[in-house]
Amino acid sequence: MMNNFNIINKNQLSPDVWRYTLSAPDIARKRRAGHFIILRPLADSERIPLTIVSSDQDQGTIDIIFQVVGATTRDLAGLRAGEPVKDLIGPLGHPTEIAKHGTVAMVGGGVGIAPLLPIAQAFRAAGNRLVTILGARARSLLILEQELASISDKVLLTTDDGSAGQKGLVTAALEPLLVAREIDFVMAVGPVPMMKAVADLTRGFGVKTMVSLNPLMLDGTGMCGVCRCQVAGKTRFACVEGPEFDAHQVDFDSLRRRLTMFREEEKARREAKPSGGSHAA
Amino acid sequence: MPLDLNRVHMPEQDPAQRRRNFSEVNLGLDAEAARREAARCLYCKRPTCVDGCPVHINIPHFLAALRDGDPDASARRIRQDNSLPAICGRVCPQETQCELACVLNKKGAPIAIGALERFVGDHALRQNLAAERPAAERTEKIAIVGSGPSGLTCAGELRKLGYQVTVFEALHALGGVLTYGIPEFRLSKAKVVQPEIETLRDLGVVFATNAVVGRLATIEELLNAQGFAAVYIATGAGYPQFMGVPGEDLNYVYSANEFLTRINLMEAYRWNAAATPVRVGRRVGVVGGGNTALDAARSALRLPGVEEVHLIYRRSEQEMPARTEEVKHAREEGIIFRLLTAPVAFTGNERGDLAAARCVEMALAEPDASGRRRPVPKPGSEYLLELDSAVIAIGTQANPIIAQTTPGLALTSKGYLQVDEQGRTAMPRVYAGGDIVSGSATVILAMGAGRTAAHAMHFDLTGQKL
Repeated sequence: MMNNFNIINKNQLSPDVWRYTLSAPDIARKRRAGHFIILRPLADSERIPLTIVSSDQDQGTIDIIFQVVGATTRDLAGLRAGEPVKDLIGPLGHPTEIAKHGTVAMVGGGVGIAPLLPIAQAFRAAGNRLVTILGARARSLLILEQELASISDKVLLTTDDGSAGQKGLVTAALEPLLVAREIDFVMAVGPVPMMKAVADLTRGFGVKTMVSLNPLMLDGTGMCGVCRCQVAGKTRFACVEGPEFDAHQVDFDSLRRRLTMFREEEKARREAKPSGGSHAA
Repeated sequence: MPLDLNRVHMPEQDPAQRRRNFSEVNLGLDAEAARREAARCLYCKRPTCVDGCPVHINIPHFLAALRDGDPDASARRIRQDNSLPAICGRVCPQETQCELACVLNKKGAPIAIGALERFVGDHALRQNLAAERPAAERTEKIAIVGSGPSGLTCAGELRKLGYQVTVFEALHALGGVLTYGIPEFRLSKAKVVQPEIETLRDLGVVFATNAVVGRLATIEELLNAQGFAAVYIATGAGYPQFMGVPGEDLNYVYSANEFLTRINLMEAYRWNAAATPVRVGRRVGVVGGGNTALDAARSALRLPGVEEVHLIYRRSEQEMPARTEEVKHAREEGIIFRLLTAPVAFTGNERGDLAAARCVEMALAEPDASGRRRPVPKPGSEYLLELDSAVIAIGTQANPIIAQTTPGLALTSKGYLQVDEQGRTAMPRVYAGGDIVSGSATVILAMGAGRTAAHAMHFDLTGQKL
């Protein structure tokens, strides 16, 4: 278990979004859809959670996708293929509860599309019909469209600027399907406002909806409680009790507020440190 | 010979200076002071101090070598009973254990056993005194889950017996609560914790960080697929408890574990040097009365920009579970004690940031199940305490990962692991000890459990009693 977590492959998916293949044979063997990892790119970086997008047991690798938003993701983007990330633990969290529901709407927004892919694959493998709805600000920010299209019966795109698919939010594409009673189950992963909007919409139709939450995390093993979310009026730790919860029970406002906790510190750090390191793959 | 009642005084950093730094508060005894203090011991025929120690360290034995001016021998002697003396000398509540039981305590001047233990432990680390090597190697591999005080002690004991020991740690750094929890000013990582761990590494203990046993390899896989002869589970209690009052999810309301982890493990105390932030503002409230609460309060005080730290505890100082020395140090440093006070809610601003704690004053009624007088709210005593941040330090529960992933274990109603007196769980070849069995307790009890379990493992594997 003394792994060296080398970056085997590095791919740029959009201006700020990267896909890495990392050497992590023990995790590759164990992970299932819905699991995440915590990694620390450099010795003086933060620990950040990232969903495992895919794995290859034979190669002993896992894939992650991340967007450069702060100092730590910038540290990560600055590493070159062949270099290791300093620390990496996983697989963390409960895997997705996979069942055959019938037609499942897989709703992803922004980099939330990354965690959606393995979940979609697992639902597909369980014999569900998949309707996939992907949203982003613009076409250039849509990721994994091909991979999801290859396992979906239908793919609907929405963009804020109309550069791909329908102009508007994912809910605009989802609503007619709900009205038509076409959807038996919804899985939504993306920015908090998107997940909240999906939850509010599906609640009215009584369609069971799960979301994968993305709170701040530190240790990822139940020790610190920074990831605590309010679910059905109770405090739940996303790292060991989640990260997936019933969307109709989640207090999204609490989650959204808690995600802003260190925004000023992050901004100061982003501005203090020049964008160092090479972005070359 | 007349009794010498001049108990040695531990030199410490001046409060005005130390309240702004993270360096150790206690500075340690010099060799002459240690020798004089050891010479004050009466060397009782039936040493009551040993009865007062939860792990029955042979205290007069190591004191005698100190008195005779042989700290090397003293270090060898204490290490027979305690593999981490530099740590225990710093964090044990001696005033309720060995020093309470010392016969000179009746005269108000017990031997400063803690200070002497620290002196001997530091001496061993400074001199780089090699730990006792195993007499012969054994082939059996043993897995230890968790690198806190219990796991480290168990690892050391088993390695001395010749076993091939691997310690698995979920975090990126070793030491468990010694590293993420207890702050630098009370227990130096560089001077004490890391060297103690290096001593074990020199002895041949293998350490694997970033290894979340349960999620990565399960206990069952360690035993079968990976060929470990036995496993010792020492994952700690470390699952923070919250009060369940409104507003606890507001921003800058931290669990003590989160707050201390940011500061210690992620080194937020190196302001501007570490990437992991901690935000406290000017006024900090810490809820609780144990060592962790005092550690959090005193850490907060040392952060830039902090003007007031309020320690909010629902009972009186007499009932505080914290060490007397920590309470004294906290008062000297200027922590504001709000005793007989409890928060009933936290209120926030429009951004969801903490603004105040709504507090109620308490009165003490008759003793409850814990034997301590039960606090009851005084009607009409509610008031608002303005706060920029708060730390909840009211205790921890059992971490659920091992239980979730190990169906063969028997649990208590609170989720702790059930073991027999020697640390055997309901699963063959699986042992457990420390806070994951007892609930939040002390470093020394966790170490004692590690040692007991190591001896039980040895007996179960070989039939030999130690």
